[in-house]
Amino acid sequence: MIFQHDIVIVGAGLAGLRAAVECADQANVAVVSKVFPTRSHSGAAQGGITAPLGNEEEDHWEWYFFDTVKGSDYLSDQDAVEIMVRDAPRAIYELEHMGVPFSRTSGGKIAQRNFGGHTRDYGKKPVKRACYAADHTGRVVLDTLYDQCLRHEVKFHSEHYVLSLIFEAGRCVGVVTYELATGELHLLQGKAVLLATGGCGRIYKTTSNGFASTGDGLNLVYQFGLPLEDMEFIQFHPTGLYPLGILVSEAARGEGGFLRNRFGERFMEKYAPTVKDLAARDVVSRAILTEIREKRGIGEKDYVHLDITHLGEEKILEKLWEIASFVRIYLGIDPAIDPIPVTPTCHYIMGGIPTDANGRVLADEKGSVVPGLYAVGECACVSVHGANRLGCNSLLDLLVFGRRSGLAMKDVISKYEHPSLYIDPLKMVKDHITKLLSHKGREKAGEIRRKMQSLMMDYGSVFRNEEGLKRGMEEIRLLKESYKDVEIRDKGKVFNFELMEAIELAHQLNLSEAILFSALHRKESRGAHFREDFSTRADWYYLKHTLVFQSSKGLEVRYKPVKITRFQPETRVY
Amino acid sequence: MRQSMNVKLKIFRFDPQKDEKPYYQSFEVEADPMDRILDCLNRIRWEQDPTLSFRMSCGHGVCGSDGMRMNGICGLACQKLVRDFEEEILIEPLPGFKVIKDLIVYLDPFFEKYNSVRPHLITKTPAPDQERIQPPDHQHLFEEAIRCILCGCCTASCPVNQNKETEAYVGPAALVRAFRYLFDSRDEASEERIALLDHKNGAWGCQTLWKCTEVCPKEIPVTKEIGQIKKRIYDTKHPKE
Repeated sequence: MIFQHDIVIVGAGLAGLRAAVECADQANVAVVSKVFPTRSHSGAAQGGITAPLGNEEEDHWEWYFFDTVKGSDYLSDQDAVEIMVRDAPRAIYELEHMGVPFSRTSGGKIAQRNFGGHTRDYGKKPVKRACYAADHTGRVVLDTLYDQCLRHEVKFHSEHYVLSLIFEAGRCVGVVTYELATGELHLLQGKAVLLATGGCGRIYKTTSNGFASTGDGLNLVYQFGLPLEDMEFIQFHPTGLYPLGILVSEAARGEGGFLRNRFGERFMEKYAPTVKDLAARDVVSRAILTEIREKRGIGEKDYVHLDITHLGEEKILEKLWEIASFVRIYLGIDPAIDPIPVTPTCHYIMGGIPTDANGRVLADEKGSVVPGLYAVGECACVSVHGANRLGCNSLLDLLVFGRRSGLAMKDVISKYEHPSLYIDPLKMVKDHITKLLSHKGREKAGEIRRKMQSLMMDYGSVFRNEEGLKRGMEEIRLLKESYKDVEIRDKGKVFNFELMEAIELAHQLNLSEAILFSALHRKESRGAHFREDFSTRADWYYLKHTLVFQSSKGLEVRYKPVKITRFQPETRVY
Repeated sequence: MRQSMNVKLKIFRFDPQKDEKPYYQSFEVEADPMDRILDCLNRIRWEQDPTLSFRMSCGHGVCGSDGMRMNGICGLACQKLVRDFEEEILIEPLPGFKVIKDLIVYLDPFFEKYNSVRPHLITKTPAPDQERIQPPDHQHLFEEAIRCILCGCCTASCPVNQNKETEAYVGPAALVRAFRYLFDSRDEASEERIALLDHKNGAWGCQTLWKCTEVCPKEIPVTKEIGQIKKRIYDTKHPKE
């Protein structure tokens, strides 16, 4: 079928839904999602959303601005960060007015808690800046925005998987989707198309990300020869539940929990003397893995302990109910009595599709705009997170830039009509699907995915070096070859997940290569990108954004400068 | 210590493209006692039968995708571990929902009911510049209700919803959301909300059978909250002198 909408939004997490709410009254908006909207991965965000409201103690946007830039290891674009931090209070009050059930202070204001890297007075001590609803903040915001979309009668195409972006005369004019329930292809024409497809954590074996986080949107753009920015910066969250990798929110440390090694030592005192367990995530993840490498993991195994026993059962049940339930269900222990085994888990990608502060996708290092195409949220790179994102800054990014993208799209749609298409995009995609389904091969997608996930842990996770990255690239290229011989055994049209996962795998393999290639070319250590062979930051050469391009000649890296408006790079210690 | 064991699963199968009626198929997988039932299902799909269909997303009980019936009890496949079961595990789709394929059910009627309770904050006074003030004890009234992930396990388990004669009952999941807004001190539409809920297919459809509370993966006291809605309706209609 062919659907015509003013605005097509791909992805129904917080970024996509926030954008939809912004335009729904004045435009015909459709949201496409491969999962039912409330199953989107934003719902797994636990700890909070940061804003310098000062509800608990003195706070200022300038302090927050500094923390975010320092957290990013000076790679964020400061003009974009300033927009985000100054818009934060408005974004939070707006959510509250929509009905988000924030936890409250005794005076009835929005409660705030500590979070890693958020400090008072430019790094002096931790500050309570994260607004939260117990430890299911992402979920309640997702529910609230979904409810707002229902109220505004946003059209949802749920369980539709986007297979291709459609360009006409250089302008993005729609998407082709595959309806999972029927196997039918649809053309959704849009005068503006917004990608809000989230991250790609499922490239790694140990991850907090849901099964749907396969980076589809990133690669849909990348495969057209458009760049991806700063793909080497992959965040490993320090406290993934061992061994599953399920997120244990930083809120556990924000509420007073701390990490211990096998000698019971609070080892973060060594690595971050001022803020200790509340240092930025890259710092804490490296500290944990250093402890493990130096045989101070619990029982010399590859995990440490997160201790919240001293918080007491009442506080745990009130503020950390979800976490306590995960620990109980998946490990059979009570976190009020026993410490929680944790290990770093792939959590977030700082890089992504380069955009300006209104979500417009950028085509090159000069900042040329791709007409009609927008991106926001984890799949995008504005860049507010630079080389390392601070906890609670992702939800704010989604809300602030989701709204701005919505406003920007709403402004332009009146200038355009749906074009008549010279080529039949449905036919091209259909041919591709037919080819995938009819290929008789020897490879199984699941096996290739398993190998990819292992090798990305080995060569592309927290500690990296040239030899490993090169080996990883070689192995990924072999897997890409194997992929050509994948056989899809399910030939059916109704909920053929084997087909969808095979298509996801093609995206993941391409992105794995882009991550390793970008990492190989950054011969320094900055934020989440740590090179054992170049262990310090090299501002004189690498204070710049990586742009990776894919062309018929292979991969290419170009660079663009970082926008520095207020804070010059300094040594980063916590 | 981790140890591998053989797990037998007997799974409800139905493919509308070829099956006239559903049937059950048995599988055996290697699993660790600490593995999730979801892990077992994925192993079957990836290693044995790629046509097996079920929904999943977060894998840890937050998104609500993988509600299904395991040995007769509704729950999330990502929240139940192999060690919770003995012998063969019977896996079926949520009861009371129309099956599309295998364990995947048609959710539209469920969400239509959900939408019928006007699931959003309704306010009439203009919003202040900052947040609306809400004392913590007011927020605590509905802090359990906001754990709801719309997995549908409660509604699927409800004997009233399962009964053809009373299936128009809006069901526990929608009522939990109705409770969440009715008891939110910021909401200013309690009269409208009570009118929406005060009928035989609204809050009064609940026969206090507790099945919803028994199965709720987020431990929400569903029956108690529905009871509080009923009390609120009654008190509003019978004001004390």
